[in-house]
Amino acid sequence: MTEGWTVSRLTWRAPVLAACLCLAASLAAVAQDEAAARPSALDSLVTWMPFILKGFGLNLLMSVLAMAFATVTGVILGFMQISPLALIRVPAKLVTHLFRNSPWLVILFAIMLLVPFQITLPGGERILIPDWVKATFGFALPVMANISEILRGAVMSIPTGQWESADSLAMTRGQTLRHIILPQCIRRMMPPWMNWYALLTLMTPMAAILGVDEALGNTQAAMEAAGSRPEFLIPFYLFLMTIFFVFIYPISLYTRRLEKRFAAAS
Amino acid sequence: MPRNENWTEAQPIVALHDVHKSFGTFEVLKGIDIEVMKGEVVCIIGPSGSGKSTLIRTINGLTPVSKGSVKVEGIEVHDAKLDKLALRRKVGIVFQQYNLFPHRTVLENVMMAPLLVLKENRSEVEARARTLLEKVKLRDKEDAYPAELSGGQQQRVAIARSLCMRPDVMLFDEVTAALDPETVKEVLMTIKDLATDGMTCMLVTHEMGFAREISDRVYFTDAGRIVESGPPAQIFDAPQDPRTQEFLSKVL
Repeated sequence: MTEGWTVSRLTWRAPVLAACLCLAASLAAVAQDEAAARPSALDSLVTWMPFILKGFGLNLLMSVLAMAFATVTGVILGFMQISPLALIRVPAKLVTHLFRNSPWLVILFAIMLLVPFQITLPGGERILIPDWVKATFGFALPVMANISEILRGAVMSIPTGQWESADSLAMTRGQTLRHIILPQCIRRMMPPWMNWYALLTLMTPMAAILGVDEALGNTQAAMEAAGSRPEFLIPFYLFLMTIFFVFIYPISLYTRRLEKRFAAAS
Repeated sequence: MPRNENWTEAQPIVALHDVHKSFGTFEVLKGIDIEVMKGEVVCIIGPSGSGKSTLIRTINGLTPVSKGSVKVEGIEVHDAKLDKLALRRKVGIVFQQYNLFPHRTVLENVMMAPLLVLKENRSEVEARARTLLEKVKLRDKEDAYPAELSGGQQQRVAIARSLCMRPDVMLFDEVTAALDPETVKEVLMTIKDLATDGMTCMLVTHEMGFAREISDRVYFTDAGRIVESGPPAQIFDAPQDPRTQEFLSKVL
């Protein structure tokens, strides 16, 4: 099977590519440090790796939480967009278009500065809102708007004959959406949904600008702590890119495979 | 549907009176009158674009009418207060494009509406669905998905799916128009069985031989009007209107 061959070859390529990147990072570090008596850049990188990876853990946590929030709210918003009632449809369209067409960084700043760092419950109890939670919310909004559009588009792409036959079988609009339309949409929504997850994950280092201790922030802090030498730049950043790559690449690979399968099925 | 106490089987089960329908400024139906008695089989023939499909879709309320009255069992279909869902339990429709639910198996397609809409007992519905699949000779395909079936098989599933709602009237909107010639016959046989069993059927069709064989009455439509109607022998052998004559000379 041609398709199987292509996919297995791509799967095999990813780890090799990643390994090459790592190797390149190490080589660059070694080359820079040959003459020096100080701990090499590579040694420093190894020392600081757990710290950077811990930061990366926060990136993953933010991406997963933001995606969960964006999916739930995006689907609700998407359904509101196709409502026959203008009172529901118009606000949903407004929110969708607002967040789809604003720069992510602007949304992120707005959320960071507008949401207070602590809230006081009616009982007098105070709850601190950590910056990373605010950042997660900031990342979720644009993705929510895009998922809302994906859902609307998927519903629109279902042939009208499906609605007509469900209507003729006396199903209500809700029954039709739940049992006929949505199950067919999920298939179509999977690839773009995964695509947005990958994009969202790649955006999470923006939180570093706002002082969240995620992978990028920790990398910079590590380089500073290790002495801020210029030869750190290439190995440290290459390492950072590599961990994102290793995480994201299989996702985009799988997305491509799903897209191909759905294209073949329809 | 609220039962109309005044309606008896001596009155038409479907009655269209002066039905008009416009799409924008274009008038598709220009005053249609049709009466169908219970158990009758009626075919609507005519050139493409004469409004046949629009006409048949007004009967289960899929297409709202602009003017006139459509009554099923004595109840006005286009009454804004009417429970459309209740009406659609009485009137089944089969489309040219089958419109099966692609994510469900054949058996699930047939069972879905009775389970969801009529809230009937699963084992009862399942038994009825299997009987219907037997009737359309697809019992061995009950676990297949629509995409795995031929057009003719899909269309027979669509018929079984409609019948499982136990309608009083069945509408067929050019159900063989999208089929390969070799599968047309199996679908027509299914409809014929249904008619023989006494189901009230209304068909929009281009299968003239079939219309002649099966109908109690044939309506010829052109440009949104019924030009001529009568028993099939009269329409096909001795058409009175020149438009009917011209149409039949082209298709026969």
